[in-house]
Amino acid sequence: MIKRATGFYDTFDRREKGTRATHYCPGCGHGIIHKLIAEAMAELGIQDRTVFVSPVGCAAFCFYYFDCGHIAGPHGRASALATGISRVLPDRVVISYQGDGDLGAIGFNNAFQAANRGDHFACFFVNNSLYAMTGGQMAPTTMLGQRTTTTPFGRDASKEGYPLLVCELLDRLQAPVYIERVSVADTKRINKARKAVRKALEIQKDGKGYAFVEFLSPCPTNWRMDPVAAARYTIEEMERTFPLGCFRDRSEQEAPSPNPVPQATIAELFGEGEGGEVAKVDPSFGERGFKFSGFGGQGVLSLGLVMARAAGHAGRFVSWLPSYGPEQRGGYASCSVVISGKEVGSPTVDRPDVLVAMSQPAAERYAGTVLPGGTVLYEASLPCPKVEEGVRLLAFPAMRIAAENGTPKAANTALLGAMSALGLHGLPEERVLEALDDSFSSKPHLVERNRKVYRAACDWARDNL
Amino acid sequence: MRRFVKGNEAVAIGAIFAGCDAYFGYPITPASEIAHAVADHFPRLGKEFLQAECETGAINMIFGAAATGRLTMTASSGPGISLMQEGLSYMAGAQLPTVVVNIMRAGPGLGNIGPEQGDYAQAVKGGGHGNYHNIVLAPASVQEMCDLTMKAFELAFRYRNPAVVLADAFLGQMMEFLTLPEREAARPDTAAWAVQGDALTRGNMISSTNLQNDVQEAHNWDLQRKYASMDVEARAESYLVEDAEIVLTGYGTSARVARSAVDRLRGQGVRAGLFRPLTLFPFPVRELQEAGRSGRILVVELSNGQYRNDVLLHLDRGIPCQVELINRMGGNVMGVEDVMQKGMQMLEVGP
Repeated sequence: MIKRATGFYDTFDRREKGTRATHYCPGCGHGIIHKLIAEAMAELGIQDRTVFVSPVGCAAFCFYYFDCGHIAGPHGRASALATGISRVLPDRVVISYQGDGDLGAIGFNNAFQAANRGDHFACFFVNNSLYAMTGGQMAPTTMLGQRTTTTPFGRDASKEGYPLLVCELLDRLQAPVYIERVSVADTKRINKARKAVRKALEIQKDGKGYAFVEFLSPCPTNWRMDPVAAARYTIEEMERTFPLGCFRDRSEQEAPSPNPVPQATIAELFGEGEGGEVAKVDPSFGERGFKFSGFGGQGVLSLGLVMARAAGHAGRFVSWLPSYGPEQRGGYASCSVVISGKEVGSPTVDRPDVLVAMSQPAAERYAGTVLPGGTVLYEASLPCPKVEEGVRLLAFPAMRIAAENGTPKAANTALLGAMSALGLHGLPEERVLEALDDSFSSKPHLVERNRKVYRAACDWARDNL
Repeated sequence: MRRFVKGNEAVAIGAIFAGCDAYFGYPITPASEIAHAVADHFPRLGKEFLQAECETGAINMIFGAAATGRLTMTASSGPGISLMQEGLSYMAGAQLPTVVVNIMRAGPGLGNIGPEQGDYAQAVKGGGHGNYHNIVLAPASVQEMCDLTMKAFELAFRYRNPAVVLADAFLGQMMEFLTLPEREAARPDTAAWAVQGDALTRGNMISSTNLQNDVQEAHNWDLQRKYASMDVEARAESYLVEDAEIVLTGYGTSARVARSAVDRLRGQGVRAGLFRPLTLFPFPVRELQEAGRSGRILVVELSNGQYRNDVLLHLDRGIPCQVELINRMGGNVMGVEDVMQKGMQMLEVGP
């Protein structure tokens, strides 16, 4: 009497109400592989803990059969799904079941990278040397000279390359715990395959890491052979290209544990916040657009940030928009700041009320865009830029003042001082100074030095501009 | 509590308060700061962050994690979002909730990293294969980058459907003051459908396949009914629309430019208003009809009329209304003055 298989549903109702028949062809290896996996799940008592990921291919309907939780994803992505599942369910058993087109071709990178990360799942890889479900096309595992519907003259190494040896490739990686190639072509081989399946699932049960089992599996239908001939072909032909054996077994070793990350609550993560009360509408405060520009490293973005923070702390509506990406890496830096007594509309500043320019290209680029009635505040060592009629041009020796006051890098702070002295931002000075101090909260020794530059710049601007 | 943050960081903050469990993503400008913030914050909160090998990998890791009922998300921009479309179609078919944030850049192809809104149709009309829709939310400020990310999780789980937060490069890169949410959202109960690797959910299955045509068709009809039922979630901001003789409309950064134009037109005595959808799917049709009663709608968008086409589609044909378009592409943003000028032209010509 044949022992009734365990680990399967009693009847395959998702396929057809009451049926016990699978959808596989006679002589196909999938049925045997299914049986080995189902039996191991039942014997290990892990069905309540198992999430099974089906591929797209002949085995797309694993969920007809295995009595456990099921997820079926896109072609080639079962390993990626298994990665996602195992990351959020770290103490469960996750199985990815994939064919050779699915894993070896379209999904190879996902499978390979999951193996390289040592993701915690068992990957069962069924190699029948071609795409079976779609009509017998060439797979990465098709053997040299083998005829398929897309290699009607036989696979030619000079044209289609060589059969992909997945176990051998994965064996180059550090992370996998277990890698073995088995066959289901005869009883002796099936017994070895049974042990391999069990080992791969035990590794999951014990949370040890990534396990990979490749099955050489006959496909009588697409090989156009009877089941007996197909089994013989699997042994005599496939094993010459894909030698059986255990490539790696580190299941006795301890699994590496991740480096601990200090834990926090949400409240701890975001601290006390900043910036006091939410902005209130104040029609008496007209909207002002600022452009800060210069070379990268001159601190124009932080200058804009300090002013934007100060505006927020003073109860104004404010937006700060930086240049970013390649423009920034090319050496230019600029940011737009809008301060308003009402909700800020456009965060872009095409026509600034105030331009602060710290480099010649910046001055040349933006000075002509300043609105009549507006101001260009530029580093005094630069040539005087061209502006529209009615624009105020102010040359300010920011670099010299910063250097004379002991902090040459603080030219941006000097410009902030000048803006305060000239009333360009319309913000209370104590809010500006708070924001300036805050910007050095990680370098407290710079707080007083920047204040000194700020004060000197204020004085100079009041006396000279 | 307030913080001065980039739009991209506000997305991460919204995700945290929504209770997001896992983020899988691949770097791309101008969305990367979302991954940076998540990579820093999530592990400290006991949440999962993983940098995937590609966007295809990322969306399928999300597929797997979402199928367990966990709160998942990713963020990317045009090219990466395109790579995720197959996965999104599967997730829509399998009725899985997730949140995908698209910080739109200029396209097609590699394009550039400037702000654009050329992915409107991709997000709003489905984007992948098959008869499906994403829920699509359109933030226009750093505050909304946080709030609508939270809202996206809520809607994604209410309807078991992917939700897209459709923002653009400026919204991702700009900084504004953000008032943090007061509390974390309640966790959705997912045991009825999720596959959690436990006895309770052992009989559950997540799949998007039905071999029988009739079953697949019935599933499609169920999905269409679900999308129709989302109408109650439509949200819009109508600003100075009641007495308007012209209504400007846009979403995201375009809406910000349009709002400035409205304010300045009002300053010149023109009765201008703004209709700004916060949900692009479902589309706030009722508020659009109110805008249409002005007789003139000026669509402001950073794409080739994709949003204008939806305005035309949804606008009641019984309302006589002139619809015009002002748009830029390639990473350029129209000036406020350009929008005002176009609006003035419409008023001179008349409806």
